[in-house]
Amino acid sequence: MRKSRISLLALLVALAMVAAACGPSEPEAEESPTEAAESKEAPQFAAGSTMDTIQKRGNVIVGTKFDQPLFGQRNPITDEIEGFDVEMAKIIAQGIFGGTLEEAAEKVDFVETPTPVREANIQQGSVDFIVATYTINDTRKQVVDFAGPYYVAGQDIMVKVDDDSINGVEDLNGKKVCSVQGSTSIANVVAEAPQADISISFDTYSRCAEALRDGRVEAVTTDNTILVGLIREDGGATFKLVGQTFTTEPYGVGIKKGDDAFRDFLNDKIDESYEDGSWEAAFERTVGTAGIETPEPPSVDRYASSGASPGATTTGATSTTAPATTTTN
Amino acid sequence: MEVVLSHLGAFAGAMRTTAELALASFAGALLIGVLIASFRVSPVAPLRAAGTFYVETFRNIPPLVLLVLFYFGFTKIGILYSEFVSAVIVMAVYTGSFIAEAVRSGINTVARGQAEAARAIGLTFPQSLILVILPQALRSVVPAIGSLFSALLRNVSLASVIAVHELAWLSVRLIADTGRPFEILGGTAAAYLMMTLPTGYVFGVIERRTAIKR
Repeated sequence: MRKSRISLLALLVALAMVAAACGPSEPEAEESPTEAAESKEAPQFAAGSTMDTIQKRGNVIVGTKFDQPLFGQRNPITDEIEGFDVEMAKIIAQGIFGGTLEEAAEKVDFVETPTPVREANIQQGSVDFIVATYTINDTRKQVVDFAGPYYVAGQDIMVKVDDDSINGVEDLNGKKVCSVQGSTSIANVVAEAPQADISISFDTYSRCAEALRDGRVEAVTTDNTILVGLIREDGGATFKLVGQTFTTEPYGVGIKKGDDAFRDFLNDKIDESYEDGSWEAAFERTVGTAGIETPEPPSVDRYASSGASPGATTTGATSTTAPATTTTN
Repeated sequence: MEVVLSHLGAFAGAMRTTAELALASFAGALLIGVLIASFRVSPVAPLRAAGTFYVETFRNIPPLVLLVLFYFGFTKIGILYSEFVSAVIVMAVYTGSFIAEAVRSGINTVARGQAEAARAIGLTFPQSLILVILPQALRSVVPAIGSLFSALLRNVSLASVIAVHELAWLSVRLIADTGRPFEILGGTAAAYLMMTLPTGYVFGVIERRTAIKR
């Protein structure tokens, strides 16, 4: 018995060594060298501002999801968090610390912030900001503030690559459509395409994808961010996105309520990333790998602050746009 | 409570689906069970082996695995049936293995002299099985088959994972719609009792009618 335990241990060690040896292949190597290697000056910030505090501390703590494919997901081999949200955080970090994108990325500490704890993490100050497929809406704006949006997600439709009959939600009338049982996605389909056949629904989206592959249903519908994950898991050979979203989920960067100077800074960084191509590059090396075309970046919403929290300076507030609506596209 | 009452129509429809699914599967399971049991007592060695293989395979795989494998997996080799038919096939195949064992135990209770007498008057093996052995064997296993039917009636709730709109599927949908899990699941439990309790009574009647006076 003892002997077999030792040999089992030896086997495990050997396996671990093999895994380590073939593990860290660097996918980053094929990045376009021009903007990735471009080094920036470390900017000067007003003393006491959030940017200044982070810069002096030397690292930035960012909340993101660890289980959202293409946006924020832990790579089981390298243990790195990868995705579009993660790349946005790195771009912002570069704006704070200067240097190249890689150098700035080293100074980002990611913290897992699943949906139910995002507001609490911001309010407690355990993160500097959150990029975690975080939909901007008025309820959330009462407790946190949002920079951005930097991406607008929405409910979309996934069909087989050779299906040209479904080009929008109205085409779902009379078609078999799969979604997860009891989800808001089903309710949205019923509202937009009342004749759609929604009799087949499962407990996970991957089962809907199987049913689509087998021809049991003609379409799968839910947020496009989930659908692109399914398309990529499959390698992009079987499924495609229709690309006509019929709901609007603007993703923003969540920060502490009332920190308008930080919000302006973040909005500036997002705008800059649109102009210098780093937003596009980030999208292409994350969500784009699932065969999703890079959309037009959404214009950031510099909404007027609806009341500052105690202690925050309001002198820097330079909000120029009209009171916000969540729809920005 | 009013949550359940306001969805009575949906509950009735789902109960009907559950009943249809159970009855159709049970018919298939009985056929399979008797056939496999006759294989297992057959004088032909390959048939006995096939019967044993069938019973040991399907009795020892969870029906949930069989369902998902058949519905999602067999499509890859070109087998594609609707949700309801897939569920009937899988539940019949699964329950059939248990019925086969129940019937075989019934065959073993039939006195050896019955088979010998049948052979002595010139009946072939199939004839003696169908005319002499099985009629006596099946009578003695009515209670066992009754409890297998009751188990089947509850097992078909697994078909909810392949989107058959039976009671368990309905309960998940109604909980999502209403946000009242306690009432909905209570209603679902009551609906199952309304189906399983009469079943026990019916099999009790059959048992008394078919009992052999010894």
